[in-house]
Formats: sequence, structure tokens, C-alpha cells
Amino acid sequence: MRLLFASLLLCLCIPAVWAAETNMPKPDIGKGGQCVEDPQWMRKNHMHLLRHQRDETVRKGIRDERLSLKNCIECHASSKDDSVIARNDSFCVACHRYEAVKIDCFECHSGISKSAWLQRNAK
Amino acid sequence: MSAQTPIQFYDQRQARFKNRLFYSLVAAGGLIVMAGLYAVYLMEHHGHIITGMNNQIVWGIPHVFAIFLIVAASGVLNVASIGSVFGKAMYKARASLAGLLSIAMLAGGLTVLMLDLGRPDRIIVAATNYNITSMFAWNVVLYSGMFSLVVVYLWTMMERRMNRWTKPAGFAVFAWRFILTTGTGLIFAFLVARQAYASALLPPLFIVISFAWGMAVFLIAQAIIYAWNGNAIAPEILQRMKNLLGVFVMGALYLVAAYHLTNLYFAHQSGFERFILVEGGIYPQLFWWGYVLLGNILPLLLIYLPGQGKTKSITAASLLVILGGFAFLYVFIIGGQAYPLNIFPGYQASSSFGDGQIATYHPSLYEFMLGFGGLAIAFIITTVSVRVLDFMPHDKPYIAD
Amino acid sequence: MNDINIQRRGFLKTSLGVATVVIAPGMLLFDMAHGKSQPVSGKVRWGMLIDTTQCREGCNDCVAACNKENGLSGGTNGQARSPLPNPLPQAGEGANDSLRETRLKSTDSQWIRKIELKDVSSGRELSLPMMCQHCEHPPCVDVCPTNASFKRADGIVLVDRHRCIGCRYCMMACPYKARSFVHEPLHDQNPDVPRGKGTVEACSLCVHRIDQGQQPACAEACPNKAILFGDLNDPESEIARKVGSVASVQVRADLRLNPGIRYQGL
Repeated sequence: MRLLFASLLLCLCIPAVWAAETNMPKPDIGKGGQCVEDPQWMRKNHMHLLRHQRDETVRKGIRDERLSLKNCIECHASSKDDSVIARNDSFCVACHRYEAVKIDCFECHSGISKSAWLQRNAK
Repeated sequence: MSAQTPIQFYDQRQARFKNRLFYSLVAAGGLIVMAGLYAVYLMEHHGHIITGMNNQIVWGIPHVFAIFLIVAASGVLNVASIGSVFGKAMYKARASLAGLLSIAMLAGGLTVLMLDLGRPDRIIVAATNYNITSMFAWNVVLYSGMFSLVVVYLWTMMERRMNRWTKPAGFAVFAWRFILTTGTGLIFAFLVARQAYASALLPPLFIVISFAWGMAVFLIAQAIIYAWNGNAIAPEILQRMKNLLGVFVMGALYLVAAYHLTNLYFAHQSGFERFILVEGGIYPQLFWWGYVLLGNILPLLLIYLPGQGKTKSITAASLLVILGGFAFLYVFIIGGQAYPLNIFPGYQASSSFGDGQIATYHPSLYEFMLGFGGLAIAFIITTVSVRVLDFMPHDKPYIAD
Repeated sequence: MNDINIQRRGFLKTSLGVATVVIAPGMLLFDMAHGKSQPVSGKVRWGMLIDTTQCREGCNDCVAACNKENGLSGGTNGQARSPLPNPLPQAGEGANDSLRETRLKSTDSQWIRKIELKDVSSGRELSLPMMCQHCEHPPCVDVCPTNASFKRADGIVLVDRHRCIGCRYCMMACPYKARSFVHEPLHDQNPDVPRGKGTVEACSLCVHRIDQGQQPACAEACPNKAILFGDLNDPESEIARKVGSVASVQVRADLRLNPGIRYQGL
């Protein structure tokens, strides 16, 4: 009986693990690089940094570019379309879709890197 | 038992019909609520561009509905206060119905107000960031406080063991409601730069006007409930309540007149008064025909003219008072914004942003859907509650007090 | 022993001094490149002095510059708009036509606008730009239920769009009608100027430019140099000296809001 139960559990777990691995988001990290913390730390904590920094910047005028959303986008925008939100595998979209967490940032903020935006609007 | 009709035998066919009528009424109300929510969805999706509101008329039809509901919600409690605070038995019998109507209208009005926000999804922000200098922030507290106070008040009335707390709860509601309506008036009274609003008369005006609107709503609800149950309201009671409505209507009219007369007296306000009372197109029309004639003169005639003052004419008078209320708020809120701000006194101004011009406003269907959705919420709450709980006034044999 | 100590101290002092001289400008440059890590100072009060005698009627350069800088639809730089559902009422004289190449909707954001004025008693005509007056005691900040409207330490009145719930009470309270509500979803905003549907916005005095040591776009764009921008609190600044020497007024001074924008020749 116990054996049956264990094998049943195993049967259930194996596809789950397998599915989890194949469905893992593969975001287009753009240029990438590490300027704040290591990726695992950032995956867990980037929202706190952004939220803290946004209040510091808007309300006090502390413009610490290292932690600004604009600076994140600058390196993580896709090299194909200069955006972090344009496609399903874009840097922000890929994980947020996977985790089913809605982000409100890009209702107001541009998802395009500033350098690309300046180039496009140069004329 | 003189006031009540003789006991009727249980009529199955009529009961079944009433059951069906009840469900179809609730369904109709639900449909209107759904339409309102659909309008909200569209406003969320497309933005406020689909409403008639713009950068000149920033508050529109939703605010007319919301403010009417909130002001009437406070005013209807007057019935309860006369019972609980001043101890009049016939009003005490009606206190629970008044409380219910208050909760229902408050819920409807606040829903409209919240869903009209540019970012209703951020309503939690309003709760976590609180600006003590903002009248709006104070009103958030006043509204939610009122809501819970009235719930407690209803509880003390309906739960026998809590009955002894009815009086203190009634007092608390009485005081809170005054502060609440003052707060609603102050939302406008603190707008120093707008000719239409910066007036210390607004809080008392809103309080007295709330008495009239609340009483009118109550009389209509009461008439429907009595008719539903096949009862007739005792003529002495109706007599007293209609007289009270008449007094409130006259009081409100007096304060509105005082508000306009004081404005007329200040030279810098005469332009605005000329606009709102004479030259402003729809606004003077609505004010004189809608508010003064339909909302005051006609109801007063229906109440006081010899031969009038029966149930039907009082219900008609109440409906007219409510209609007049909407006309008044439309003129007050939208007319007040349509008149241009006097940024450069002594100069004639023109610009691409409506300086020196009367602002135009064409309310869209979606705004009305949202507004009626709020009314429907109040309607459903009342209908369902009256059906499942006992809100029917139980009059003792009438004794003049 | 003592000698060595003194020598060593001397050496340390010199090398420290040299290091400071060499590194400090580098640090400063680093600061400029990586933004400021210090909050803005309350000793500064940014303001403007607008010379209405230099402001030309029909000239719209400041408005166009503002629209371009902040990504407003504006309608002044020829961006085609969809046909208007409800056209703006005309003032009658048609003074507005010269102001706009394409017509604005009454729902379009206007952070700065040109107002044409005519003195009712004397008939004198003048033209001036109107925008958020960046009051010391701003009514919009008083009425905002969520503290989204706020005044930064350096006197700039801003809307924190992270907190704005779009109730529009500030628009009712502003005596200058300086604020606009975003009625439609927006796309392709300037990365430096985030703005979005359902929130209220107004002239930010080009805060993103000020923080980089630049002037507001309108002041830079004015062909007649009618807009003088600077620190009102710094007695050495051009604006402070000019405010101290020529007659200028604040609009609706009777409300005692002490705006940071002053007008000359009004």
C-alpha cells in the first residue's frame, strides 16, 4: 500500500518538476550585466529597490541613477526592439507573466531605453 | 389597532405574484448595476475620454449622483434622530427603515465616487496615505465612520438585548451626521478660488438641503413599503411627516436664496450670479424651472394646498423634491465649474485652455450609467433588506406627543 | 623620533592635499554622471520672472517647447490628432486661431498656455504664458487626499503619480487652472517624463532638467528671453537681483499663496 502511494506520488512529481523546468521563463536580458546585486538577489528584491528609489527620487529629488528604473531599462532593454515590455519574452514581461504578477510601472513609464528613445526622437 | 387594516386571509396567488415581482425588481436593479459596472470597465479601459468631463469640467454627472446619494443618506437619518434623540414614538418606529436607507444610499454614492476616480485600483493608497489638511481625506473617514455607526445603530434596534444602547447610538449617529454633511459642504466651501463655491453658507445649506432630500426619499420608500404590504399609513402620521417635509423644503429654499443673495451683494460675484441665474443657458433654466418650480413650488403646493396632501400627492411631491435636488446639484457642481476662473481680475482673457470662456460639458451615456448604477445599488440593498428583515414601521396606536 | 613623526605628518598632509585636488573633480564628475545622492536643498527656491513686455502675442514657442520636452500631444508641433468629438468653444474674436496650428481638445493636457489679456478699462492688450505658479502655500497640496500633490524642498510643486488616485480635487482647488487630467492611455512617453492615464499632471518646472543643472524648456525656448529662471533665494542670482529692482507681481496675490512665478509689466 505504502509502495503504491509512494509510486503514485513519484508519478505526480516527476512531470511537475519536468514541466516546471521547461516552462521556466527565459527573458531576453538585453545587454545585461551586474551593477547592483547578483541576479538571484535581484530576482527576489528588485521591487523593493525600485519602490524605495521612486519615492526618494520623486519626493526628495535624490536621483541615484544606479537604482533608477531608467537605468535598469537602459541595460535590460532587448537589443532587438530596445524595450523591456514589447514582447512576451521581454525582460520584465517574461517573469511577471510566469509569476502572474501585474506591474503598474509602464502605465506611465516608458519601456524603451532612453538612448534608443533619444535616437528615435532625434529629429 | 385602529391604524391597521383588518387581518387578511393568506392569498396564495397574490403571494406568488409578489414573489415574482420581488425577483424581477431585484433583477432589474442588478441589470442597471451591471450596466454601471460596464461603464466603469470602459472608463478604465479608454480613460475618461469617453465621458463628457474634461479639463474645465472636472467633476460631472457621476458627482451629481454621488453627492445627491451621500447628502440624502445623511438627511434620511433625520427621521431616526427625531425618534431616538427627541423621543418621538412615531419616528422611533421608523428609525430602522431610515437607518437602512442611509446605509443603502451611502453605499451607492460612495461606489459611484470611488469608481469615477482616475485610478480606482489605487483606492488602498487613499487609506494608507492620509493628508490631514484635505477635506476629501476627512470625508473618507467621515463616510466610513458613518457607515459603521449606522450599522451599530441598526443592530441596537433590531437585537432586543442591545435595545438599551439605542439611545446613545442614536445620539452618536445624530452628531456624526451633522459633521458629515458639514464635511460635504466644506469640500466646496474651501475652494477659495472658485466664485461658485467659496462660501461659508455651504455647510449649513447642505445640512438643511439634506433634511429635505432625505425626508423625500424616506416618504417614497415608506409609501412603497406600505403599498407592498397592503397597509395604509395612518393619516395623522402622514400629516405630520408631510408637514415636516414642507418645512425642510422651505428651509432649503431659504438658504439657497440666501447663498445667491449674498453672492449678489458682493460686486465681484455679480458676474457669476448673472451667469447662473440669467444668462447661462441650461443652468438658469435648470435652476428656475427644475429646482425652484419643480423642486420647491410644486411640492409645496402638493403638500399644503387644500384637498392635497394625501399619499399620492405626497409621493409626487417627494419625487419632485428629489428631481429638484438633482437639478440643483447639476447647476451647483457643473454650472459652478463652467463659469471661468477669474485669474486676472480687471482683464478680459482668452486662451486655448478655456480662460475667459464658459466651459462646455456634454455628459455622456457612460456617466449616466455609472450614476444610475449607484442608485440601483441603493435600491437593491433596500429591497433585499426590507424583504428579509423587518423594517416595516410598527406604529402603536397614535398618541399625539 | 620626533623629527620622523613630523616629517611623516608633513608627508601625509601633502599627499592628502594632492589626492584631494586630483580626485575631487573626478568625484564631482562621477556625481554628475550618476545623479545626485543628496536630497534637494530647502535653501533653494526655484522661480521665474516673466517679462510680459517681451512676450509677443501669437508667439507660442514656449508652449511648443514644453509639449516637445514633456511629450504632450499639444497640437502645436503639427502632430495630427484624430477628428474632434467635441470641439472647443471659440472665444469669439478668433484670437485663439493664431495660437494653434491644430486644434486642441478640451481633454488635452496643457502644462503651459498663452493667455491673451485685454485691460477692460484701458484697452491695453498683453500676452503672457501661464502655468503652475509653484506656490509656497499651494492649495492643490492642501486638498490632495493622498499627499500625491506635494511641494519639493526647493519649492517645485509636483504630482507624485505613484500616489495620485485621479480624484481631480486639486484641479478644482487650483486658482490658476494649471492642472490637467490625463483622459486617455498614453504610449511612448519621454523616459525622463513619466505620465499616464487617470492621473493629474501639471508643469513640473522641468524638474528633470533642473536636477541636471539645465533650465526649463520654456525659458530656454523663448526667443525674446522673456522668461528668466533661477533661484529666488540666492541674492547673487540674476532673478533675485531683478526681482529686487524692477516692479513685478504675483498673479492672484490676494490669495496669499506666494507663487514662485512672478510677472513683470502686468
